[in-house]
Amino acid sequence: MISPSHEAVTPGGSPKEAAAAGSGSPLEVPAAVEPLTAEQLATEWDEERPPHAGVLANVAAAVAAAALGAAGLAMSLAMGLGTPEKPEPGMWPFLVSLVMVVMSVALLLFGRKKLDAEAFSSSSWLVVAGVGTLVGFVTVVGIAGFEIPSLLLTFVWLRFLGKETWRMSILLSFIVTAAFYVIFVVALSVPIPHLF
Amino acid sequence: MDFFAPVINGFGVVLEPTNLLYCLIGVVIGMLIGVLPGLGPAATIAILLPLTYGVEPVTAIIMLAGIFYGAQYGGTITSVLLRLPGEASSVVTVFDGYALARQGKAGTALGIAALGSFFGGTVAIIGLTLLAPVVAGFALDFGPPEYTALAMLGILLVATVSNGSKLKSIIAASLGLLLATVGRDTFTGESRFTFDNLSLADGLDFVPIAMGIFGLGEILYNLEERHNKVQAPAKVANVWPSRKDLKESSGAIGRGSLLGFFLGILPGGGATIASLAAYAMEKKRSKTPERFGRGAVEGVAAPESANNAAATSSFIPLLTLGIPANATMAIIFGALLIQGVTPGPQLVQNDPELFWGVVNSMYIGNILLLIMSIPLVGVFVKILRVRAAILAPITVLITVIGVYTINNSIFDIWLVIVFGILGYLMKKFGFEPGPLVLAFVLGSLLEENLRRSLLLFGGDPAGFVGRPISSVLLLVFAAVMLLPLLQKAFKKARASAPATTARHDEKERV
Repeated sequence: MISPSHEAVTPGGSPKEAAAAGSGSPLEVPAAVEPLTAEQLATEWDEERPPHAGVLANVAAAVAAAALGAAGLAMSLAMGLGTPEKPEPGMWPFLVSLVMVVMSVALLLFGRKKLDAEAFSSSSWLVVAGVGTLVGFVTVVGIAGFEIPSLLLTFVWLRFLGKETWRMSILLSFIVTAAFYVIFVVALSVPIPHLF
Repeated sequence: MDFFAPVINGFGVVLEPTNLLYCLIGVVIGMLIGVLPGLGPAATIAILLPLTYGVEPVTAIIMLAGIFYGAQYGGTITSVLLRLPGEASSVVTVFDGYALARQGKAGTALGIAALGSFFGGTVAIIGLTLLAPVVAGFALDFGPPEYTALAMLGILLVATVSNGSKLKSIIAASLGLLLATVGRDTFTGESRFTFDNLSLADGLDFVPIAMGIFGLGEILYNLEERHNKVQAPAKVANVWPSRKDLKESSGAIGRGSLLGFFLGILPGGGATIASLAAYAMEKKRSKTPERFGRGAVEGVAAPESANNAAATSSFIPLLTLGIPANATMAIIFGALLIQGVTPGPQLVQNDPELFWGVVNSMYIGNILLLIMSIPLVGVFVKILRVRAAILAPITVLITVIGVYTINNSIFDIWLVIVFGILGYLMKKFGFEPGPLVLAFVLGSLLEENLRRSLLLFGGDPAGFVGRPISSVLLLVFAAVMLLPLLQKAFKKARASAPATTARHDEKERV
């Protein structure tokens, strides 16, 4: 038998209970069961997600995309357009950039109210930290080999980004680095920079 | 026996020990990532692309395909047991699967889902075997204008059918097309968007882009938004479905398989939409629709059969037309290009061993998956306990070391990081990464065919309308463009209607 763990379920009742509550509306008996379940699930998933970023995020995204498209337009023009039967290198990128600009403006005008962007939260710093470790990794890997950077990266990701225990993090980062060494250097003899 | 000889030869290819081994590796990985919430099949395939460099094309694609359809099996397990869909295509399975689990019938749900997946997969392979050569034969006399129209339609459909904002998806797609132009222009030899950087002179490689946007982007995104540590149930008993369950769900499995097969063929279709449609259809057909959402076996059987059938049949447009129908297929397309194989109508004739080898490997893969999902399901349930925090650094290292091994280039690692950040930001701002990667893959093909067509037509774009197939494709293109506007008008007319059953807010995991 199975014992579904209740910790895993956000409080809010089982689908069964929700369905039972939903059947109170007599008008749409067949439809009442399922949409409620779906909506309940949707809310549950929504709660796990960071809040919406609001209209401004869409405006920013649209402006960024429009700027990128405009840069594409300018550079394509500099490359030369030519004519349809004898196009210069800039013709195709020009058309694509044009689509991009038009769509970005459309997003700015008509699509900015759709709240599908996510707000950054304090846990977004985890991503910044993660990217930081990667940048550190690449900067060092050419000089110092991959072992020490891998060890440090794994450790930071486990202990600080993943909130594992100190013991677990130290142990696992050594195991993971050793495993990568065995797989990439010993077994596959990949020419990755390494110390040993 | 002209038709069947290459099909039979394909089995010879599959039964080579290396290919069998890679098929097994592929489906096990697929099953694993299906079970583990977080990385989806597209991200996993992207991260593992470097692995395919050292092996034969057939072997590589057999493994990558295995990951894709294996994930459809694995995604079910978390839907049923934890109410967390492992894959977007298993979202609807949650409704009845979890309800069954709460009634102590998790085993039944998993067993029926596995059988349905197996049946759906097998039906789709047979359909693929019969239909693919026909489609390829039809497409053999496609010229540049037809390919131009087809590629444009393919990109547009993937962009508009995805569940994000359509405008944003088209912006993402045009960015992908723009990225594809970086490097030397094949017609004039002039450099474009290289900023005098030597590393960009030959253009951007597909692998770092796919690994960055899908792989690293996904990892970074999960870093911030980790699902709460879930406690997996101890064990699942009684996965063998009873005769009564089988009887109840056999119709649903059959209908789901067929529907999934056809939806999978359409560009932009695929497993997620197929599962939603199959669930909706089954509920509509049922004499007792009120059972749905409360533990109806059909509610598990239909979507699970459909998503697997669709996953399989979405190989048809890729292998016969050279047009990937969804993000995962775009990556497999890229993997084929890396191997020096250009998917298209000629593939069936010129490279029958590859074509039939890959197709027939799916029979083996589905049998392996059936074994893993019924007798061995307990093993995978245990894997649910592995924490995402532990997997994240491992996948990151695989990504950065993996991309380095391709060209021994540190620059490629930088590219992955840059595109990883882009992928993360795109997800944050509601842009689907799929259309970008798909457009990037098709970009040079599209530009080349467009320019060839214009040469053919003497520079007159009206020439596209003059050819029957390209004009029909462009007509569909226009219809798809205008559809959202019509829908909007339609929606206004019945604004009071509640959200459809198909609506769900789960982000598409790629």
